[in-house]
Amino acid sequence: MTENLTLTIDGLEVQVEKGKTLLDAARENGRDIPTICFHEATTANGLCRMCVVEVEGMRVLQPACIVQVSAGMKVQTRSEKVDRARKTILEMLASTMDLSDAPEILTMMDEYGASHERFPDAERRESEIKDDNPMYIRDYSKCLLCWRCVQVCADDAQYTFAINFEGRGYETQIGTFFEKPIPETTCVLCGQCVGVCPTGALKPKRQFLLETGMKPEEISVMNTGRKKRKS
Amino acid sequence: MDELTLTPLKTAIEPYIPLGRSGLLPALHAAQYIFGWVSESVASEIARALRVPLADVHGVIEFYSLFYNEPTAKRVIRVCTDVACGIKGADGILSHLCSHHGLEPGQTKPDLTLTIEASPCLGLCEHAPVALVGNDAETNINLEKNTFELGRPPSLVYGPIRLLTAKCGNGTTTLAKYGKYSAFTKALGMKPEEIVNEVKASGLVGRGGAAFPTGIKWEGASKAVADQKYIVCNADESEPGTFKDRILLLDDPHRTFEGMLIAGYAIGASKGYIYIRAEYPYIFPVLANALSEAREAGLLGENILGTGFSFDIEVRVGAGAYICGEETALFESIEGKRGFPRVKPPFPTTYGLFGKPTVINNVETLCNVPLIVAQGSAEFRKIGTEKSPGPKLFCVSGDVERTGVYEVPFGVTLRELLDMAGGIANGKKLQSVLFGGAAGAFATSEHLDVKMTFEDLRGVGLPLGSGVVMVFDETRDMGDVLKRLGHFFAHESCGKCYPCQMGTQRQKEILDRVADGKALADDFVRLQDVGWTMTDASLCGLGQTAASAVLSAMKLWPELFVESQKSTVKSQKKDEVGKKKIVAKVKAVKVKAKAKTLKKR
Repeated sequence: MTENLTLTIDGLEVQVEKGKTLLDAARENGRDIPTICFHEATTANGLCRMCVVEVEGMRVLQPACIVQVSAGMKVQTRSEKVDRARKTILEMLASTMDLSDAPEILTMMDEYGASHERFPDAERRESEIKDDNPMYIRDYSKCLLCWRCVQVCADDAQYTFAINFEGRGYETQIGTFFEKPIPETTCVLCGQCVGVCPTGALKPKRQFLLETGMKPEEISVMNTGRKKRKS
Repeated sequence: MDELTLTPLKTAIEPYIPLGRSGLLPALHAAQYIFGWVSESVASEIARALRVPLADVHGVIEFYSLFYNEPTAKRVIRVCTDVACGIKGADGILSHLCSHHGLEPGQTKPDLTLTIEASPCLGLCEHAPVALVGNDAETNINLEKNTFELGRPPSLVYGPIRLLTAKCGNGTTTLAKYGKYSAFTKALGMKPEEIVNEVKASGLVGRGGAAFPTGIKWEGASKAVADQKYIVCNADESEPGTFKDRILLLDDPHRTFEGMLIAGYAIGASKGYIYIRAEYPYIFPVLANALSEAREAGLLGENILGTGFSFDIEVRVGAGAYICGEETALFESIEGKRGFPRVKPPFPTTYGLFGKPTVINNVETLCNVPLIVAQGSAEFRKIGTEKSPGPKLFCVSGDVERTGVYEVPFGVTLRELLDMAGGIANGKKLQSVLFGGAAGAFATSEHLDVKMTFEDLRGVGLPLGSGVVMVFDETRDMGDVLKRLGHFFAHESCGKCYPCQMGTQRQKEILDRVADGKALADDFVRLQDVGWTMTDASLCGLGQTAASAVLSAMKLWPELFVESQKSTVKSQKKDEVGKKKIVAKVKAVKVKAKAKTLKKR
């Protein structure tokens, strides 16, 4: 039997099933909370902090994707603090990476009035496209470090452990053992990482080639590196 | 690398194989001890032996500053360039050393005989400027006179009371001199819950920076039901300006062990870890020796003193990551992972190291425990104030006559402390004090008569933090100080959550401009937004305090951050008119910037 808890979200008293997160609670009750790193298929780590909300009695903002509902909780999904954090995070992202393949984030930027030029002279995270296997390309200039690819490659799904992190802090990037090309790693080309990438940093090779202007008929085993199937 | 070359490695990492992934950091340290760095083949061998995925081993090497996956010498000179050393000429020492050896900072000689690098705070601030040469501390470096001291760093301990530091200041105290853990022996005659209650009643709160009530922590872990519980001593003292735990462990290791034993008995833990930062290598042999003394005396191990209580301590060494002082990041590190802080709750008392109930306490906190048990909480509460009972160690560094650790009862004022330290050095005037560390805030002469207690400091917006009192005289360039703080946090952010990962970088960039007198029009507001975003929205304490000192400086010296104004602040007396003028200027600058953008269109 499920137990319902009563809490207040933006002044509205709501009943939510025990064990649900604030994000579930808000969405069930028609309140929108933006998310970037959150994905139903991966463990929520609360890293992007876009889903932060104000919870009465808590010193700092709380990530709605992780924090579970409790009875009597008073939650504000929008406030000056919340909006400043979300807007600044978006502006910092825009000054850090290439968001051209991340339409959802561009929409959020419009919604929060975030400027693309807020941080002039900011050092950007740029890297060359890694095109080393027949399945997908890796363009880490577009990576916002949501961790989903690392998680599905590890114990959230595939248990392949082909990729992990390089560097630390702002210099963090996703990488392989001693930067080996994908075919020399444990990668089984399952494609799950590509499936969960929100920004086009990981992209199917075919899509990548089409975007470079190639026509479908020009794409062959020659340039994707796929082996011919035996007939 | 061939099989033959890997032979010594295989022998060296053998003891860590049963630890599995948790043996990863010890194994990497062992490898670097042999080779100086971790090559691909060495990393592969370690991965294979410990059964850790290759990519994960690489990820761990990449995370920690003191693990190298490029050719690095076994002999590394690390020159501290953080604040306390920075004001005393650290940059000059680094460049002098580099040019002497024909290297750039971070470079290694082609024959792999020497590497020189800049380092974050080495925890030797009272002896600034300093470096770490191999395993030796090089202190009080004076380029002009060409003098320095090399070896075990001296312990400068002062203060009106000497309870925690009773056995500090005269080399390492042996077990024979320390005595056979009389407080622990007394504790063994008490019920575990009596000890927890005693610690609760003492009002002891954590001395690592967060000031969480120790007794509440212990109670939580003692009530948790589990087959295994742990005591972890947080000796990853890395907060710039902090060096008290270094002295406590180096001079009186048995006090910490005794505190851990009492904690273990109180919560029902049989295993303790001391996680010590790698930048304190001269403490490792001291700990190893003291542990064997305690084991030989039957104070550690199975069935201690015939009571049926078993407890032992294992030392784990960090690898250059300030974030591992954050309790959950520290657990991850012991578990052989990158030091990413975990999301809380669950809290360590129910889900800590290896997912088991864990009490994690700072070294100084644990050193208070034998005192509380020996004399009782009532007696302990007679020291200090009602709301901040007990003795407290302050780490006084910077521009005072006598730098060092000062043991005082809570409640002395900043003025009294500075007087004890002989006042501002060279007859200069006080400009400011960095309180509580890099994650702290600045005080000025206005705060001289504030009592140094948790409650009084909170009242004036100053954090006590880890007890840092870093003093700057009137001639110091606060822009340069802030720049160093900015670089510190950008270097130490783990990169997990966005506000801190990008915020520390943007903060660093803006503070670089400010220090160079090249602040842009909107940098004041920009810095404030970044600062508050980190403070409000970061995942852990590092991000939440990475802007603390900067935001406090912005209140005290707003003129520093205004477009193209090089710091010339000499006096800390600010009249209201001056402040208003500055605010007006900030606004004017904003308007000007808007006009510029309009023109562009």
